[in-house]
Amino acid sequence: MPRPIDVPRIAPSELTPPNVWLSRRSLIASAVALGSTGLIGGSAQAAQIIEPLKASTGFPSPSDPTSDKKLATTYNNYYEFGTSKSAPAMNAHRLTVRPWSVEIVGEVMKPRSIGIEELLAFPLEERIYRFRCVEAWSMVIPWIGFEFNKLAALVEPTSRAKFVRFTTVERPSEMPGLGSTVLDWPYTEALRIDEAMHPLTLVTLGMYGETLPNQNGAPIRIVVPWKYGYKSAKSIVKIEFLEKQPVSSWTKAAANEYGFYSNVNPNVDHPRWSQKRERLLPALFASRETEMFNGYGAQVASLYAGMDLKVNH
Amino acid sequence: MRATSASLSQRIDEALRHNRIRAGAKALIWLAALYPMAALSWKIILDPLALGANPAETILHVTGEWALRLLLLTLAITPLRRITMVGGLIRFRRLLGLSAFFYGVVHLGCYIAFDRFFVFTEITADIIKRPFITVGFAALVLMIPLAITSTRAAVMRLGGARWQDLHRLVYVVAILAVLHFWWLVKRDVTEPLIYAAILAVLLGYRIIARARKRSARGSDFPSAR
Repeated sequence: MPRPIDVPRIAPSELTPPNVWLSRRSLIASAVALGSTGLIGGSAQAAQIIEPLKASTGFPSPSDPTSDKKLATTYNNYYEFGTSKSAPAMNAHRLTVRPWSVEIVGEVMKPRSIGIEELLAFPLEERIYRFRCVEAWSMVIPWIGFEFNKLAALVEPTSRAKFVRFTTVERPSEMPGLGSTVLDWPYTEALRIDEAMHPLTLVTLGMYGETLPNQNGAPIRIVVPWKYGYKSAKSIVKIEFLEKQPVSSWTKAAANEYGFYSNVNPNVDHPRWSQKRERLLPALFASRETEMFNGYGAQVASLYAGMDLKVNH
Repeated sequence: MRATSASLSQRIDEALRHNRIRAGAKALIWLAALYPMAALSWKIILDPLALGANPAETILHVTGEWALRLLLLTLAITPLRRITMVGGLIRFRRLLGLSAFFYGVVHLGCYIAFDRFFVFTEITADIIKRPFITVGFAALVLMIPLAITSTRAAVMRLGGARWQDLHRLVYVVAILAVLHFWWLVKRDVTEPLIYAAILAVLLGYRIIARARKRSARGSDFPSAR
């Protein structure tokens, strides 16, 4: 008996939404205009899709004021766009963020692909978190997103799911930094399942009231506020639920410097620098003493009860 | 070609013997060497955000980089003198060396103030535990005797040969300074690699020059052994 022809349904996420192709047209128009005046390449921001995002507020804020948006969007570590802090803001506009979908697979009952529109339709919440980089600087960022456990609920992880791995998009034509061998691409990061399911772990779609700028990990990233920044993978295309603990990119690059857990911990120094204090940008002085779990100890310390955090750094 | 270039270097060398020309050239080098510091200070006072989101990091990086650049320039004087035959270049070496020391001191001061917030227990822990800080600190400490004995009076007091032996420390300083940069970088070592290559050329030149001298002597006096 002939099987019914399986016509692949085109998900809304695979279609280019009108605002995008319209903005592409205006980009082309502006590029033409700029080209005629010899200023081509000047409208770098035009390819970004920055739209207002509605989100509920009320999550308790840290004691320090929110960092200036300009700082958070011009000082980034995103090696796919170059290893300097300013390179991502200069190069990330080349990343096409629509259409976009995330593949969720592995130890789950209902593996599936989820489009950015569906992600944006989740009830969104503003969370002002401290952001502590392993390089001993910090910011306070108003993220917008929803708890990762809500996304996990869609795919129903099995009892064998012990870890969650996030994979960043790898597009050499749009990411000039991929030509370098500083890390083993694509960028991957992972959490233990209980860390991923913790209510603080945020599937993040925006910041400062708008969708994420590309250099900050558009269109979807993860934010894990009690861990060093590099644990929070950007521009995610794949989420895998795994039984065995994976080796993430930075651990692979230098295991003694970047462990699996990477919890913010003033008592465990990076081999090459102290983690005792941090510079809350743009301050000159590193006058802030780093807090255990980046100040989220009351919420997350129990996840690590009985563990030696010097060994499991 | 050869004749004109020789006469050009002779003319430059001749010009550098004139006090006024030499003083003018020194003043220019001095201004050029201080310019990065002046530009930095200007921005710190007027517009710190012009130094980026992390001004302290920029200041540390710029002062460290200029200390290293000026150190390599100091080391370039001897090869440049030999290659260009402009012996008068020696008159700028102390100025360059002291500028390198100045940037090194500012660099260390910024680290103490900005990074470690004057907490000296943390600073000593850093110097002991962290190789990149250990070598950077050692490089600067080793520059102190060189800076102190940089005056003409010190050369007289020590005697030329002993003074020269002491100042060979600068090779160690330069190697430590490049290592300091290399070990500090998180992953992308392109920049430190460039400095390392320049230093390798400058030190390699000396090694080859010395070997040639020795072999020339050897052929002149085969029975010297």
